[in-house]
Amino acid sequence: MRTSLRRMLAPIMVAGLLATAACGSEEQPAGNEKITLNVALFGDFGFKPLYEEYQKAHPNITIKERISDYAAHHQSLISHLATNSGAADIEAVEIGYLSSFTATPNRFHNLLDLGAGELESQWLPWKWQQGLSTDKKTLIGLGTDVGGMAMCYRTDLFQAAGLPTGRDEVSKLWPTWEDYVATGKRYKAAAPKSYFMEASGNMFRAMVEQAPTGVYDDADKLIVDSNAAVKKAWDLTVDAIGSDQSAKLSAWTPEWSAAFGKGTFATIVCPAWMTAYIETNAKDAAGKWDVAAVPGGAGSMGGSHLALPKQGKHAKEAYELIKWLTAPEQQKKIFKATGNFPSTPSLYTDPDLTGFSKPFFNNAPLGKIFTASAQAVQPQHQGPKQGDVFNTIGAGLGRIEQGKQSPEDAWKQVLADVAKLA
Amino acid sequence: MPSDRPAAGWRTPLPTRSLGDSHVKERPVRNWLYKADTQLSPYVYISPFFLLFAVFGLFPLGYTAWVSLHDWTLLSDEHPFTGLANYRELLADPYFWNALRNTISILLLSTVPQLIFALILAHLVNRRLRAKTLWRLGMLLPNVTSVVAVVVIFSQLFGRDFGLINWLLDSFGLGRIDWQAGVASSHVAIAAMITWRWTGYNALIFLAAMQAVPKELYESATLDGATPGQQLRKITIPSIRPTIIFVVIVSTIYGLQVFAEPQLFAGGGPNGIMGGPDRQFQTLTLYMYEHGFNRGFEFGYASATAWVMFGLIVLIAGANYLITRRIRSSR
Repeated sequence: MRTSLRRMLAPIMVAGLLATAACGSEEQPAGNEKITLNVALFGDFGFKPLYEEYQKAHPNITIKERISDYAAHHQSLISHLATNSGAADIEAVEIGYLSSFTATPNRFHNLLDLGAGELESQWLPWKWQQGLSTDKKTLIGLGTDVGGMAMCYRTDLFQAAGLPTGRDEVSKLWPTWEDYVATGKRYKAAAPKSYFMEASGNMFRAMVEQAPTGVYDDADKLIVDSNAAVKKAWDLTVDAIGSDQSAKLSAWTPEWSAAFGKGTFATIVCPAWMTAYIETNAKDAAGKWDVAAVPGGAGSMGGSHLALPKQGKHAKEAYELIKWLTAPEQQKKIFKATGNFPSTPSLYTDPDLTGFSKPFFNNAPLGKIFTASAQAVQPQHQGPKQGDVFNTIGAGLGRIEQGKQSPEDAWKQVLADVAKLA
Repeated sequence: MPSDRPAAGWRTPLPTRSLGDSHVKERPVRNWLYKADTQLSPYVYISPFFLLFAVFGLFPLGYTAWVSLHDWTLLSDEHPFTGLANYRELLADPYFWNALRNTISILLLSTVPQLIFALILAHLVNRRLRAKTLWRLGMLLPNVTSVVAVVVIFSQLFGRDFGLINWLLDSFGLGRIDWQAGVASSHVAIAAMITWRWTGYNALIFLAAMQAVPKELYESATLDGATPGQQLRKITIPSIRPTIIFVVIVSTIYGLQVFAEPQLFAGGGPNGIMGGPDRQFQTLTLYMYEHGFNRGFEFGYASATAWVMFGLIVLIAGANYLITRRIRSSR
């Protein structure tokens, strides 16, 4: 009996041992020996051809890439950080998650210790700032792309509503968000059956991000209830909802995607990556969409950093690689291949960038528009639950849009919900 | 017992008497081994499942309970013990009760029609039909379709501006419905997806049980002039009672854990986590996901939610068992 039990258990135990051995086998020691660097990304960053170039110059380095989708990537990154194993040497972090890491930077290598300080001038000041911890002593990421902001609009709907259609005149319609909402009222008066904007949340978000301080103060304290800029943005957004300007669509639903082609709404806040989305979802609407400046003149939505988790064994080599990948020359190559917008201002005078346009958008000078808005962004401190706070406020606006609550009740509930996040 | 063997071996070289002695000693050992073989081996044979269950089921269950007693934020190094604070906070949160209400409403709206349709469907394909296999396999098709595909298609059908259902309603002059915005309308839409996916599957299980019901019962019932409806009620349902209990409990467990349908119905963004801006279709699993994988990864709180859900599922499944057991048995 005993032996038979042992015989039965043996394979299980061996399997267990093998499994632990497989987990435990570490990379060979550093030096001039072969080193494998793992790079974990969400979506394609367009790095592939660059790896080959880098490996040619550094024969001892092998680069392995793994790609998953946005949510899965960040969730597994967080669990890998928490369990202190499984993270890649180099991890991409999107701005929506970055502030939760800069609040607790101890799980990442401090890039300032690795010599990143001398590179600071390479990036837009706010892009550099985003990678810094709350106490400014730790840098956890080097910036890749930014999502410079613009306002996309339908020329045919503007014409039908008696508004100007040329992008320069349109930009002049809305130097401020108040002007934007006023234009929306003019639009609604002329075309009552159509909507001016897709949903109100993006407008609110852009306004708050343009303010000197947003939903957090510099000490990571939530100031939604006390920051006048937030309340002002809320009230203006409520005004727009009240005059029925919003098509009340929620992003990424089939209705939302279809609406780009069908022309249900006339304007949408439009970061660089959104132009690609409109182009693929509204193929029949080529030439009907055009791009003007965003009200308030500046803004960025999205964009990423490359960070080095502390559990990685090859900090130095990994740092050399991300330094190279985020350098202006490489960012330009990536931009040419994928359209991801660079975060290094030295490129903003480059003819490849300034001349960038798309026929789909009536050849609007996208490069010029996006660089202008990215350069004008003022650094704003982002707190650990930045994304959740905006989602909570966005839900409040959604409740007003769907007629579930009065603006006063919705604001009260927003404040109560935000307080729970602290 | 292992000490017996060396002892016997030690004694064998000793003179005469011991030989018979060792024979006497040897037999109980064999007997014991034989007994052990017949009585213990079955447990060894079934042990792989239980070992795996212990590792991947029981251990996580216990660990979750442990985590739920802490303020366990995934990214911080310290996890202070807080006792039942997470549970207290959870039970005091109106959004938790809202999620529970939504879950039960969706459960009722999906499970009840699902089981009734499945029963009728199984009864229909249990009769003599041409191309029997085709019909029976066809019922399973919605179930092998990926849940994401099902939700994407249904979200389009239930679309506010360009959805087929609204187009039909509109053309009959009934007006459009913003399916996602309303509480009842969103629950109906989600229940429709669940019903679509699981009706055929449950019908197949019912069918398998119906095949075991003796044909003579139906023949004599037909001779006595019983209609198909009467046969379903008086013969089929009482005969397949254990299967009905099984299906009811399994669908209850599934229904209480609905996640992908409401999440994707809202488009997958922040609305998907909250189940609409007013949390009108946030289910319990979405509520758990909201706290565990958003909002700063509060694993302690999410674990407490998981345990409360576990308790609720046991409770509701138990209640369902008691109710379905009351179906009159054929005997």
